[in-house]
Amino acid sequence: MTKKLPSERRIEAVVIGASAGGVDALMKLFDDLPAGWRLPVVVVIHLPEEHESRLAEVFAARLPFAVEEARDKAPVEAGTLYFAPPGYHLSIERQRSFSLSCEPPVLFSRPAIDVLMSSAADTYGPALAGILLTGANGDGAQGLLDVHRAGGLTIVQDPAEAMVATMPQAAIDAHAPDFVLSLRAIRALMLRLDSHHAD
Amino acid sequence: MTAESTPRPLHPPSDSDIELRLLMEAIYLKYSYDFRDYTGASQKRRVLHALAQFKLPSISALQERVLHEPAMFAQLLQYLTIPVSEMFRDPAYFLALRRQVVPVLHTYASLKIWVAGCSTGEEVFSLAILLHEEGLLERTRIYATDINPASLEKARQGIFPLEAIRSYTANYQRAGGQRAFSDYYTAAYEAARFDPGLCADVIFADHSLATDSVFAETQLVSCRNVLIYFNRQLQDRALGLFHESLCHRGFLGLGAKESIDFSGYAGRFDVLARSERLFRKAG
Repeated sequence: MTKKLPSERRIEAVVIGASAGGVDALMKLFDDLPAGWRLPVVVVIHLPEEHESRLAEVFAARLPFAVEEARDKAPVEAGTLYFAPPGYHLSIERQRSFSLSCEPPVLFSRPAIDVLMSSAADTYGPALAGILLTGANGDGAQGLLDVHRAGGLTIVQDPAEAMVATMPQAAIDAHAPDFVLSLRAIRALMLRLDSHHAD
Repeated sequence: MTAESTPRPLHPPSDSDIELRLLMEAIYLKYSYDFRDYTGASQKRRVLHALAQFKLPSISALQERVLHEPAMFAQLLQYLTIPVSEMFRDPAYFLALRRQVVPVLHTYASLKIWVAGCSTGEEVFSLAILLHEEGLLERTRIYATDINPASLEKARQGIFPLEAIRSYTANYQRAGGQRAFSDYYTAAYEAARFDPGLCADVIFADHSLATDSVFAETQLVSCRNVLIYFNRQLQDRALGLFHESLCHRGFLGLGAKESIDFSGYAGRFDVLARSERLFRKAG
């Protein structure tokens, strides 16, 4: 797909959802992102609830900018990659701070991608980019639709490339995303969004 | 000025933001339940969920019903509170209580413990079992408080679904449990009924961290996964109540992902066990 990025678009935050195959996909997506990275990036990835997540540690060791587990009431900071803690839903509040919640799982998932994306869409509106990657259930389709309805940019990993196509395909079935791309192309797009942000 | 330096709304409040705020104001004025300082995102999800269940077209329509029909408010309250809990949730918390707090609790002739936001009682029974095994239950009064009368009524009964018992048993063992978990309940039909003796000195009471004040001096306050639903202002109010209720060097336990770092009380509690979220009132 060759849809052009509107030049006036200024993205303030990126939210990403992934499930089965998601850790590998994220490794490729974030590989070698530059030290001057500016955008906040918030990730929900489905993991077994009882395991304490080491995702932040794993990615912190590989990336030249801040990587943290999102903390309740903490402000969303620029240039930081956040992971949702396992066992809690993660939302972004209007004040651009995080909140956690123990509401029941959505589509068997807690954290749920839908919860993060819908709350972020309310907060950032057109200044949000939502990215949905590989996964084996339908979580994220509604959230990405909410991003779209709020005027945000929606990006879906090409199901043909995804390790498990179910999740990206569900999003494509729910609305026509702005971009359906390979991981490599999503990575390039993220770099462009970040350079716009830094201008 | 950079975009990051001053967080500001990117667009004006949506209709649903406005409706939500009006609904919470109406509930406060009419029923004195104060949800105005709850975090917005989860509140919005719960109200939208209620709307779908009630088959109402808008939050404004819900507001009209709630204002004129108290029974409707009682129903909505079940959506606005989160009755999700489990026994010995986060076993490491209970293990740390046993190892680091219980030895100090033994030095008091009588104990008062406050379980704030006790929901349907899973944590109250967990604590009672722990105190029983540590030989402290007989000298302890537990105040178990919540804003939801339906949850308190369930908590009083101490009946939990049998299907959950397997995971509760695993939690109990990881929390340092010393007996067979089945010693504490009788199974009947689809339910496990816990020994009412565990709750002989538990007072279940309606209490709001948003509007009520301190009612007793306590040695331990356990308030887990309640503060995450509050904004910072309301978190500070609740922490203020706990600080006031706690005796000199009293203990505070919070949920596994809750923190006092962003509150005005950060310096007024010492960290006893960081990852288990146990704190101690600073001397």
